Amino acid sequence: MFFKKRMTAVLLASTIGAAGFLAGCGSDSAGGGESGDTVKIGANLELSGAVASYGEGIAEGIELAVDEINKDGGIDGKEIEIVKVDNKSDAAEATNAAIKLTENDDVVAIIGSATSGNTVAQAQVANNSETVLLSPSGTSPNVTVNEDGSLNDFVFRTSFIDPFQGTVAANFAANELGVKNVAIYADNASDYAKGLAASFKETFEAAGGKIVAEESYVAKDTDFRSTLTRIKSANPEFIFIPGYYEEVGLIVKQGREMGIDVPLMGADGWDSPKLVELAGGDSLNNTFITNHYSSGDPDETIQSFVTKFGEKYNGSSPDAFNALGYDSVYMLKDAMERAESTSDAKKIKDALAETKDLTLVTGIISVDEDHNPIKSATVLEYKDGEQVFKTKVDP
Amino acid sequence: MDWIQQLVNGISLGSIYALIALGYTMVYGIIKLINFAHGEVFMIGAFVGFYAIAGWGLGFFPALIIAMAVCAGMGMLIERVAYRRLRGSTRIAALITAIGISLFIQYLFIYFRGAQPEAYPEVISNQTFNIFGAQISSQSLMILGTSIVLMIVLQFIVHKTKIGKAMRAVSHDMDAARLMGINVNTTISATFAIGSSLAGAAGVFFGVYYTKIEPLMGVIPGVKAFVAAVLGGIGIIPGAMVGGLVLGVVETVVSGLGYSLWRDAAAFVILILILLFKPSGIFGKNAREKV
Repeated sequence: MFFKKRMTAVLLASTIGAAGFLAGCGSDSAGGGESGDTVKIGANLELSGAVASYGEGIAEGIELAVDEINKDGGIDGKEIEIVKVDNKSDAAEATNAAIKLTENDDVVAIIGSATSGNTVAQAQVANNSETVLLSPSGTSPNVTVNEDGSLNDFVFRTSFIDPFQGTVAANFAANELGVKNVAIYADNASDYAKGLAASFKETFEAAGGKIVAEESYVAKDTDFRSTLTRIKSANPEFIFIPGYYEEVGLIVKQGREMGIDVPLMGADGWDSPKLVELAGGDSLNNTFITNHYSSGDPDETIQSFVTKFGEKYNGSSPDAFNALGYDSVYMLKDAMERAESTSDAKKIKDALAETKDLTLVTGIISVDEDHNPIKSATVLEYKDGEQVFKTKVDP
Repeated sequence: MDWIQQLVNGISLGSIYALIALGYTMVYGIIKLINFAHGEVFMIGAFVGFYAIAGWGLGFFPALIIAMAVCAGMGMLIERVAYRRLRGSTRIAALITAIGISLFIQYLFIYFRGAQPEAYPEVISNQTFNIFGAQISSQSLMILGTSIVLMIVLQFIVHKTKIGKAMRAVSHDMDAARLMGINVNTTISATFAIGSSLAGAAGVFFGVYYTKIEPLMGVIPGVKAFVAAVLGGIGIIPGAMVGGLVLGVVETVVSGLGYSLWRDAAAFVILILILLFKPSGIFGKNAREKV
């Protein structure tokens, strides 16, 4: 046993040594890179751990975009080189990975991470080392803006922010469905759901609608029948349920059983195959969600992306994370071209902040003063357990 | 007719609480132990039922019987391994062991199968009946009906059979019962088996009615059932049934009035009030009949 342990330690030490050696080589070539070989971009992603599927999706999207750009002659004649680091879905690891990328690999920009928490964990590193940090899918408002209201200078994102989905849902309910009296049933334990509920309410009331019932639940609840009975008696024509699929699945099922047959709507927190298992395909009919993108969208940019993605990855259909990873690379490319620099992070971040009307797969984006892209959101409808593209709602 | 609907919701929830509370109350009645691992037996019942239905394709009743049988064994095992050797020790030692067993089962389960939730398959065709404007699902009728049958069977076992008589005797005075030639260990085992099988049944009902099951699902219903048992008078079988139903209805009424975030608080406020003003519970009296 002791021998085995020592063996492992020796192996580990030699591996670390080798890694250090390799990393050393990496920074040497980066020194050469400044004279004009490659554009080094870090990818600090969740490649293992709890949300590995998010990180892997983003990595696939990034690789597809990099292949395309390099085939077309790169950015300003320089090929893109991606340095991928696994942050194990852990905030502390994300910080370490960011330090490694900025200090050892000397990257000019980092794409990552998939979750807001892991992105926030490296924001400080990015600001201090003056490296551009672009989160593909961190949707919490405090990724780019700190709690005290100050802006993270070097931090940007490709996705829209959480409250925006509430706005989109309100506009969809008021304009497309034409409903007047709605109810809100929100998860009281999550900032995400509360943010969505607040922005939904504000937008919907501004559009002349009326909130007839406002109820909340707490994550991990299982019995929603009594509150649903109360909501039902208020006779809403539509119910907005921001939350995550574990509870939403039960709410939808129990609500339908009690004869609530009005349209229900949520956001990307619903987006999981588990939702369909919990609620059942039948109950999910006449429900809608907002999301970043849909592969069923007939838009030309999207369809060409879907085709290219299928060619590279054995015909699989890209999800929102694939699309956001892909878009992140193009967003950086656009900024570098306008900045006329692939190595000066300050010029690149200024150019990113001025991004305007850039056509990407997940929408046409312009970056606002809080470094958040203004872009359209997609509304999907569940039909017999399948997500079907419904419409696109502009901000 | 909202209140009828809410009453139906409350009784369905309450009958699940009542089934779990019965196990608490029986075990307390016989060895004065709050068996905190009882919520985990409930969880195991839900999962056994799930695997029986989804894995082996069994129907509702065969799955229910398998879950009850496995849980009965589980209850006896817990008693044999963890509690029997503490029979002579202080009550606090046994209580702490119970909490330890509860956490041990939860995390052992998570270690082996992961913490992700599972969705119960629809095993009872779910029709809804409209009665006086209330939507009552065939599932809740089935659950209510089966719980009532189980409670009647329990009453029969306790009052009309030999083992029931032994249980009552042991709960009344363990030493005297032993002097009368009653095998105390067997009787206690039987009590654990019966109480645990009821928890297993409650687990299956829970899965069918609420769809989602997960390894930590036993914690909150377990504690709520404990409140229900205290409310009815711990150690008293009819008390557990009534306590469970009352608690279910009270929680539903609280949510139904629009205070859904206060629902869990309501259960514990009841516990505090009962302990302050009538510690022996609704059915508590001086000469108790205990099991």
